[in-house]
Amino acid sequence: MNDMTKVERDLNMSDAKIEARGVNLHYGTNHALKDVSIEIADRTVTSFIGPSGCGKSSFLRCLNRMNDTIDICRVTGQIMLDGQDINAASVDPVQLRAQIGMVFQKPNPFPKSIYDNVAYGPKIHGLAKSKADMDAIVEKALRRAAIWDEVKDRLHEPGTGLSGGQQQRLCIARAIATEPEVLLMDEPCSALDPIATAQVEELIDELRRDYAVVIVTHSMQQAARVSQKTAFFHLGHLVEFGDTGRLFTTPNDPRTESYLTGRIG
Amino acid sequence: MTDMTNRSAGKSNAEHISAGLARRHRKESILKGFGIAAISFAFLILGILLMTLVSTGYKAFTQTHLTIDVYVDPDVITRDALPRGAFDDLLENTLVEEFPDVDSSQDRRALLRIFSNGAQFTLRDRVVENPDLIGQTVSLNVPVADNFDQLNKDLISRDTPEEFRRLSDQEIAWFDALDEAGMISNPINFGLLTNADSRFPELAGLKGALVGSFWALLTCFLISFPVGIGAAIYLEEFAPKNKISDIIEVNINNLAAVPSVVFGLLALAVFIGWFGMPRSAPFVGGLTLALMTMPTIIIATRAALKSVPPSIREAAMGLGASRQQVVFQHVVPLAMPGILTGTIIGLAQALGETAPLLLIGMNAFITSAPSGPFDSATALPTQIFIWADSPERGFVSRTSAAILVLLAFLAFMNGIAIYLRQKFQRKW
Repeated sequence: MNDMTKVERDLNMSDAKIEARGVNLHYGTNHALKDVSIEIADRTVTSFIGPSGCGKSSFLRCLNRMNDTIDICRVTGQIMLDGQDINAASVDPVQLRAQIGMVFQKPNPFPKSIYDNVAYGPKIHGLAKSKADMDAIVEKALRRAAIWDEVKDRLHEPGTGLSGGQQQRLCIARAIATEPEVLLMDEPCSALDPIATAQVEELIDELRRDYAVVIVTHSMQQAARVSQKTAFFHLGHLVEFGDTGRLFTTPNDPRTESYLTGRIG
Repeated sequence: MTDMTNRSAGKSNAEHISAGLARRHRKESILKGFGIAAISFAFLILGILLMTLVSTGYKAFTQTHLTIDVYVDPDVITRDALPRGAFDDLLENTLVEEFPDVDSSQDRRALLRIFSNGAQFTLRDRVVENPDLIGQTVSLNVPVADNFDQLNKDLISRDTPEEFRRLSDQEIAWFDALDEAGMISNPINFGLLTNADSRFPELAGLKGALVGSFWALLTCFLISFPVGIGAAIYLEEFAPKNKISDIIEVNINNLAAVPSVVFGLLALAVFIGWFGMPRSAPFVGGLTLALMTMPTIIIATRAALKSVPPSIREAAMGLGASRQQVVFQHVVPLAMPGILTGTIIGLAQALGETAPLLLIGMNAFITSAPSGPFDSATALPTQIFIWADSPERGFVSRTSAAILVLLAFLAFMNGIAIYLRQKFQRKW
C-alpha cells in the first residue's frame, strides 16, 4: 500500500495529459465504474487490464465521450484533458474526438478506398488546404502506421480488401491522420494473429514518442510488452495503478496478485 | 452429471447418440420435404395463374385488321364540309363494291359493321390532315369489329347454331370472302398500348391507364420517398428513445397494416372533399398511394439503417464526425441498397393497388390519355377492373392481356430493385 502511494506521488502533475477524478458510470441501474481516479501521462503507453466486464473499456470510452451515444449511460465525476473538463457544456464532443483518436477492437475501415479512409478525418475537419496537402497527410499517416509500403501502390482500392492486421494498421493511420493528442486503443490486437499483433505493438511503441497512448488489453503479456504504466480494473474499481514493471512483479493489492497469477479473471 | 446417468444406464455416450441419430435425420428430411412441398405448391399456383392469363390473354396481343382500298369520292366528301363528311357512307360504298349482290339498305348497314366503329374516324383524320386525298384511292388498314375479331381468333365458333351465335351466316360468309381475298390480317396489336380506353374492345388500349399510372407513381414517389426516408432517418438516428417515439413507431407499423380502401376513403374525404382537388386525377391517386407507401418505405429504411454495422458509426464518430456526418456520409450510403429495395417494392405495391383509386374516381371511362397529373385518368389496375366488368367478349382477353402488362411492369420494377441491391452491395 505504501508503494502505491509513493508511485502516485512520484507522478509529476504537469505530466498528466488526462486526469480523472471520482468517475462513476452507470448503465441504467448497473454501476459499471466506481469512483475511478487516474492520471494518464503524456508520451507514455498506459494499459488497462482486468477481467471481462471490469469496466476498462467503459472507462476508455469515457475519455473521448463515446458513451454519449448510449442513452442509458450516465457518467459523473471529472475528466480533465490538459486541465479542461471534457464533460463541460462548452466542450463539443466532435472537437474532443478530433483531439483524442480511437482505435477499436475489430478493424473497422470504411467501405471506401484506403486513401479515402485515411483522408476522411482531415477532410471533415478541414485540415488540408489542397489535394497535395491531403496527399502528404495521407502518406505521413500511413508511414507512421507502418503500412505505407504495403499499400502505396493500391491507395485507391477498398480498405476492406486488406488483411486483418493491415486493416487495423489502416485504422491506426486513420486515427492519427487528424493529429490527435491522445490515442485510445480498445483491445486493438484481439482480432489479429501473432505476427500482425507484433507489428501493431511495435507501432504502439513508435507512437509513444508523439502521443499519450491508452490501450485496453486482455493480454497481460501485451500490457507488459508495450506499456510503461498499467492500471488494473476489477468489478468497476480501479484496483491498482503504477509502473508496469513494478505492478507485474510486486503487486500491492491481493486482487492484482490473484489476477496476475490467474486466480481471478 | 449426464455422463453419470448415461453410465448408470449401461450405455456409452456414443451409443446414446447413435440411437437417436436416425430419428434426428428423419426429422430433418421431413422438414426438407415440407419445404419442397411448400415451394412446389407456390410454383404450381403461380404457374396456373400465369397459364390462365397467357392462354386467354395472348389473343389480345394481336388484332384482326381489314386492309381495303377506299376511293375518296368527291361526290360524297367535299372540302367545305370535311370533318362532318359522311365517311361511313364512303366505307359502306367501298364494301358494297366488294359484294355487288348486297342491295337492301339493311344489309348494306350490316356490311358496314364489319369495320370497327373507329374506321370511319381513322379515314376522316387522314383526309382532314391531307385534303388532297379527295378524289384519290386510299389504302386503309383498320381493325375489324370485335365480333369478327373473335371469329377470326376462333373465339366465336362457326359450329354454334346461327340463332345462338353473335354473327349471322351471312356475316361469316362476307368475312370469309374478304379473308379469301387476302384483305384480312392479324398483326401485333400495338393499339393495346397506344390507344386509350374505348367502348369498342377492338379499339380499347392501355395508353390512358399507363400514362395515368405513370403520373400517379411519379407523384407517389416524389412525396413518399423524401418524406419516408426523412422520417426514418430522424426516428432511427436522431429521435430520443422515449415513450413518444415508441408510440410513433407502433403507429407507423399499424399504418402499414391499414387496408388500402381506408386510405381511399381518407383521400376522398380530405383531398377531394376538403381541399377540392380534382376527381379521377393521377395526382390525387399518387397522394393516396403515397400515404400507403410511406409506412413501407419508413419500415424498410429503418431496417436498412439498423443493419449498418455499429462499428462503422463508431469509426466515424471516433474520428470526430458529427452525428449528421456519420449519418449522411456513412450510414445512409451503406443503407442505400436496402432503402432503394424497400422503396421500389413499396412503389410496385402502389402500382398494383386498386381499391383507393376506385374511391377517388380513377375508374372513370376516359377515352383519351391524360396530358398531365391533374387530368382525369385511369390507372392500370383500375383499367383492369373496368375491363373485367365490361360485357363485350373482346374485353375478356384484353383483361388478361392488361394483367400481363401490369405483371410485366411489376416484374420489371422488382428487377430494378434486385439490380440496385447487387450493384451497391459490391462496394461493401
